[in-house]
Amino acid sequence: MTEPLLALDDLAVHFKVGSALKGGIRTLKAVDGVTLAVKPGECLGLVGESGCGKSTLALSIMGLVEPTRGEVRLNGTSLAARDRMETARTVQMVFQDPYASLNPRQTVRRTLADPLRLHGVTDKAEVEHRVIDMMTKVGLRPDQADRYPHEFSGGQRQRIGIARALILKPQLVICDEPVSALDVSIRAQIINLLLDLKDEMGLSYILISHDLGVVEHVSDRVAVMYLGRIVEQGGWQEIFEDPRHPYTRALIAAIPDPFLRADPGLARAKAKGEIASALNPPSGCHFHPRCPMRRERCSTDVPVLEPVSTAAGVDAAHVAACHFRDRTA
Amino acid sequence: MTAAPANDAPLLRVDDLHIALQADGRTFNAVENVSFEIGRGEAFGLVGESGCGKSITALSVMGLLRRPLSLGSGRIVLDGEEIQNASAARWRELRGPRIGMIFQEPMTALNPLSPVGRQIAEMFVLHEGASWNEAMDRAEDALRQVRVPSPERRIKDYPHQLSGGMRQRVMIAIALACRPDLLIADEPTTALDVTVQAEIIDLMSELCAAKGTAILMISHDLGLVSNMCRRVAVMYAGRIVESQPAEAIFATPRHPYTRGLVDSLPRLGERARRGRQKLREITGVVPSIVAYPAGCRFNPRCPQATDLCRTTAPPATALPGGLVRCHHHD
Repeated sequence: MTEPLLALDDLAVHFKVGSALKGGIRTLKAVDGVTLAVKPGECLGLVGESGCGKSTLALSIMGLVEPTRGEVRLNGTSLAARDRMETARTVQMVFQDPYASLNPRQTVRRTLADPLRLHGVTDKAEVEHRVIDMMTKVGLRPDQADRYPHEFSGGQRQRIGIARALILKPQLVICDEPVSALDVSIRAQIINLLLDLKDEMGLSYILISHDLGVVEHVSDRVAVMYLGRIVEQGGWQEIFEDPRHPYTRALIAAIPDPFLRADPGLARAKAKGEIASALNPPSGCHFHPRCPMRRERCSTDVPVLEPVSTAAGVDAAHVAACHFRDRTA
Repeated sequence: MTAAPANDAPLLRVDDLHIALQADGRTFNAVENVSFEIGRGEAFGLVGESGCGKSITALSVMGLLRRPLSLGSGRIVLDGEEIQNASAARWRELRGPRIGMIFQEPMTALNPLSPVGRQIAEMFVLHEGASWNEAMDRAEDALRQVRVPSPERRIKDYPHQLSGGMRQRVMIAIALACRPDLLIADEPTTALDVTVQAEIIDLMSELCAAKGTAILMISHDLGLVSNMCRRVAVMYAGRIVESQPAEAIFATPRHPYTRGLVDSLPRLGERARRGRQKLREITGVVPSIVAYPAGCRFNPRCPQATDLCRTTAPPATALPGGLVRCHHHD
C-alpha cells in the first residue's frame, strides 16, 4: 500500500474555556479522536455543520493549532518534527471568504510573489514567470497582475486565493467552503477550476463543505463529522447511495431537491432539534437526542467506527459509528 | 379603494414596479417592470443572486424603502387596496396584522435588550389591544407553536441566549403572531445549518398552511424555493426574466439564465447516474447597476445572444402559468 500523504492518528484538539472565578474552566473538545488518511491525488470531502470541528481539524493539519492528543503525519513524518516552512510548501489552504482572506493593500503580483520569495525563489525572472504562469492557470489575465483585490469580483478573488495556495506547488490543498460565499452562477466556474487544477498539478484536496451536492461531485472519499468525531467514512458512492449513520441520512434528507420531494423515506430521516454544544455534548452517541432511530443504549454506549455489512459482505472501507449501522429501515 | 374584493382576486398584486436608486447624483433603476401576483394562502418564490433586486422588491411591499432607494412607479395592491403611497400611519396598521416579515439574520432583527417573550407579546398589545398579562400568555403559546422547547422558561430569555435556529423560530412567532395574510421571508435560512434549515422551512410552510397565510419567499437557492413554493419567479439584474410553476422551472427552464442556474449546480445522485460531468458554467459575472448592458441584461453572458439581444430589451412572452423575457426562448 502506498504511504498516505496525510495521516491523522487519534487526533484531538481540546480548548480550555471559561475562567476559574466564573463557573470554572471547562474543556471544549473541538476535535475528539479523529483518524483519517488522504492518499496522493485523492480528494477527501469533509462534511459537517457549524461547530462540528471541521475548521479546527483544518487548522491542526496546517500546523496552526497544537493537538492535545494524537498526531498529524505528512508523508510519514510527524508535523511536530517537520520544519514549518517545509510544511507550508506541502499543505496550503483556500479560504471561504475571498473578500476577507486577501490583503487589500497588496496587488495580485505581490500576493503571489511574496510566498515565492519567502521560500527562497530569488531570481526575479523566475518569480515573474511563475506568477504569470499561475495567473494564467487559474484563469486570470497577466495584465491584471498590478490590480488590487477590490478591483476584482468575488469569483475572480477566489481565483486569486487559489493561485496563492498553489504558487508553491503544494501536494495537499485544504479548501474550506471554497464556493459558499460566491454568487450561485459563479460557483460552477470555481468547482470546474479546482477539478482541472487537481488533475493538472496532481494535487490532493480536503474539501470542507456543507453543500452535499458539491461534495458528491468533487470527492473520492467522504468523512462526516458531528461534534468533534467522525461518524461515517467511505467512498463517495457508498456514502451517498448507501448512508449508514442516521446523521448522514439526515444531512441528505435536508437537501431541498424538487425531484425528491415525493420520497417518504427522506421525511423520516430528518433530524430533530438542534446541534448540541460541543462544551456539553450528549452522553453516549452524540447524535442520539436528534436521532429518529435511537434506542436506550444510544444514550449510554459510545459507538465506535466499525465496518458496515453489505449484501456482498463486510465493506472494510466504509465505516460508521452507529450501533444500528446495519439496520435497513 | 377599499371595495370588498372578489374571493378569487389575488391577495397581493405588484404591477409594473420600478425602484429608483440615487447614487453619485445619478438615478438608476434598481428594479424595473416587476409584476407578480400572489393568491391567498399561496407560496410564491422570488429567486436571484445578490444585487438582482429581490430584497428591495420585498422591502417595497413592506413600505420600507428608504433613501437612497425610492419607489419610482408602479402599483402594489394588497387585498384590493393600493398601498404604494400609503401614509406612515396606514403602514403601521398593515405591518404585523396584514403583512409579517422574517429576515436573514435574526440576531440583527430582534431587540437585544428585550426578552423574546416580550417582543412577541408586543404584537398582541400593539395590534390587538391585549393587556400585557394576556399577551405574555399568548406569547408563550406562540413559542410553543414554533416548537421552542420549554417555552415557559424561554419566554424570559434574551436573544443572545438562544441559538440561531431558535432565534429564527422567535422571528417566525413574531411575524405570524397576528395571523397576517402575507408572510415575507427574505433568505430566512441562509444563516442556518442545513439540518436546521430543513426544520425551519417545514415549520414555516406548516404554520402558514394552517393559518392560511400566503408566503413571499426570497432566496438565492432555486432548489429550496422550488421545493416549498407553488410558483417561482427568477430575477436577473433588476428584472424578472422568467416565472413558472415550481416543477416546470426545473424541468423546462425557458430563459438561458434559469437554464444556466439549473445546469450549473451539482445535483445529488447525478454523479452516480451519469458519472462525473463537467459542470456547465455561466461565463462572466453579474453586471453592476451602474453599467447594466443595453438590450437584454443577460446578453454578455448568454450563449445564444444575437444583435437583437444587444439592442432591444426582450418583451414578456406568456407561458402556461408564467412568462419569459427572452428573444430566443424556444
